[in-house]
Amino acid sequence: MKIFLFLLRYIHTIIMANKLLLLGDEAIALGALDAGLSGIYAYPGTPSTEITEYVQNSETAKEKNIHCSWSTNEKTAMEAALGMSYAGKRAMVCMKHVGLNVAADPFINSAITGANGGLIVVSADDPSMHSSQNEQDSRFYGKFAMVPILEPSNQQEAYDMVRYGFDFSEKYQIPVLLRITTRMAHSRSGVVRGECREQNTLHLPTDLRQFVLLPAIARKRYIKLLESHQRFIEESETSQFNMYHEGPDKSMGILVAGIALNYLMENFPDRVVPYPFLKIGQYPMPRQMVEKLVEECDEVLILEEGYPVIEELIRGYIPGKKKIRGRFDGTIPRTGELNPNILAVALGLPNTKGLSIPDLMVGRPPQLCSGCPHIDSYLALNEVLEALPKGRVFSDIGCYTLGALKPYEAINSCVDMGASITMAKGAADAGFVPSVAVIGDSTFTHSGITGLLDAVNDKSPVTVIILDNATTAMTGGQDSAGTGRIEGICKGVGVEEAHIRVIRPLKKYHAENVIIMREELNYNGVSVIIPRRECIVSVDKRMRIKFKTKQ
Amino acid sequence: MKKDIILAGVGGQGIISIASVIGYAALQEKMFLKQSEVHGMSVRGGDVMSNLRISHHEIASDLIPFGQADLIISVEPLESLRYLEYLSPDTGWLVTNLTPFNNMQHYPDIEKVMAEINKLPRHVALDADKLAKEAGSAKSANIVILGAASPFLGLPFEKFEDAIRFIFRSKEKSVIEKNLEALKLGRDFADKNI
Ligand SMILES: Cc1ncc(C[n+]2csc(CCOP(=O)(O)OP(=O)(O)O)c2C)c(N)n1
Ligand code: SF4
Repeated sequence: MKIFLFLLRYIHTIIMANKLLLLGDEAIALGALDAGLSGIYAYPGTPSTEITEYVQNSETAKEKNIHCSWSTNEKTAMEAALGMSYAGKRAMVCMKHVGLNVAADPFINSAITGANGGLIVVSADDPSMHSSQNEQDSRFYGKFAMVPILEPSNQQEAYDMVRYGFDFSEKYQIPVLLRITTRMAHSRSGVVRGECREQNTLHLPTDLRQFVLLPAIARKRYIKLLESHQRFIEESETSQFNMYHEGPDKSMGILVAGIALNYLMENFPDRVVPYPFLKIGQYPMPRQMVEKLVEECDEVLILEEGYPVIEELIRGYIPGKKKIRGRFDGTIPRTGELNPNILAVALGLPNTKGLSIPDLMVGRPPQLCSGCPHIDSYLALNEVLEALPKGRVFSDIGCYTLGALKPYEAINSCVDMGASITMAKGAADAGFVPSVAVIGDSTFTHSGITGLLDAVNDKSPVTVIILDNATTAMTGGQDSAGTGRIEGICKGVGVEEAHIRVIRPLKKYHAENVIIMREELNYNGVSVIIPRRECIVSVDKRMRIKFKTKQ
Repeated sequence: MKKDIILAGVGGQGIISIASVIGYAALQEKMFLKQSEVHGMSVRGGDVMSNLRISHHEIASDLIPFGQADLIISVEPLESLRYLEYLSPDTGWLVTNLTPFNNMQHYPDIEKVMAEINKLPRHVALDADKLAKEAGSAKSANIVILGAASPFLGLPFEKFEDAIRFIFRSKEKSVIEKNLEALKLGRDFADKNI
């Protein structure tokens, strides 16, 4: 079997003419494996999920005993990675952009403690919100924490930046933020691999108080961080990822970051840009290079994916002499992803146009799979709530959020992971009773348990419906941290056993389920209902694997 | 040679497999490739699309500019029209399946959808589901569509056959054969109808 796998990989490499065809996410994962990774810590989230999955599926990770199982949430992931770094080994944390909100506390503080073994935090932004609640820009967090940020413009850079990032992290004892966007994460192109190197051996920080952020120590560490920041700027000036390109036409200078570089180049078919441009792939910004560009050119166009982070920095508050163009002055749309056409317009080049979309076109929104257990839960809940005024179901993030759409229209909120229980509690505190929370099993273990404890302590009249489909379905069916233990957790938190009700979300039990839901909604205290049936996509996947191994 | 291709369909219809087959064939020819796809929400029966670019020269953008696509390949008729703004108005071809996938509240009148497809100067529209069944594999409608698109991809037909043999290499022999047949039925249709 092993030989077969080896051969396959061998053939694979040859056909790609020494290049592997990889998603940006996969390039990051392979980059980490080849650079001597000891552990990857993550909670799934589009578009970052495939990084961890690549490591989980890799033979190398198995052979070398690299940690790669899912964490309960992004905060636990960040902290575990910091612990691995403390112990001297290389660790990577991966999350989608909103995950960094959850991990913000350890992330910001890890800049003060610093790292020991190389530590990289990957945060995947989602401009245009292809599958997210917002389009926040992780570079703000990097700047806030004052850590270096790497931002690849293609899959090869994504691969190379991981090794560079680990080295940088170890050299300066600082966590490094690797920022990608959806297009980088989910686009494939050729990658040439570098050498594979060994993992670090266990070695503790030389100063065993480095990670003790008592005020007296933290003040010193903070000053050290501020001093290091100067070094980071110097590194940015000479980094292979920041490049100044001369150009004869000084009427405009271009500052271009990350994947925007590809859209810029697309607009010059011979790949020669007539204007001077500065390509940014490493932050903090290389100050001297920026000054050169601003001095040399009549105006500056800023092309960056996400928020106008660089633009805000360059503009400042006091109007300068130079005209600066970007998202603030409307040269580039204020929201959403970039594309080659947006850049063509910004560059004053002719815009290309295709055919027009016929008027009959309608959207095809995603929806719950037919046979999905959540459907039966919502049908029962809707029936119970029919007689009451609408607007009392607080929900959360997962496949079940699609219950907001027609034909169910069963939920009234989706804010951040875990907010269903706490919002229902707050509304109940305000006197809005009955108040219902609907949360998925993975979301519950991610951030729901603490909120349930609040509700129990206050004896709030809320009914919490934990949709247990035994998986993290929305992001592709990863393991769910509390599978098989949801009742136990609720009991442990202090929910009365008589008010923890497990039901089967199936058509044939509909009448029975309606009765149970009604009983618990009428209970004046915390009750939990657990509709339990495995996600059908995950059943299907399990069956296929079983069938395959039988063969 | 350079081809910019939009692949369109509904989550689960196999557009990524089409991309893999074309991608493999292109890499065999030592071409460069960039392919961008959207994962996540869209897999739950929503619309999905992928930008596939193959070229003998290095490719810059992961996204195809509007009006530059040489080809739209769609596994579903309504979806074939969703990305028309990418299609080159002068040279672009549209290859689409005729079997609608109706999982929506208000799917437009199929006659009107057909009328819009027929308005296009360069298109191939076929009942890929029917041809796939003829090939003995109802699930291979995507491969039928690929066959119908193969004359516009700038690569010899055998390259796609080789690619199918490679991509499905771990499957039973009969599966490979049915897919090769599906590919051929699509190609024959296109050859007769262009
Ligand atoms: C902080 C944060 N991390 C990750 C995500 C991505 N995410 C959205 S839904 C979801 C999974 C939800 O799983 P579960 O609660 O079990 O519901 P299911 O999809 O299985 O119905 C994840 C990981 C997110 N939106 N926010
Ligand atoms: S993937 Fe699973 S949980 Fe999500 S909609 Fe489909 S059946 Fe339901």
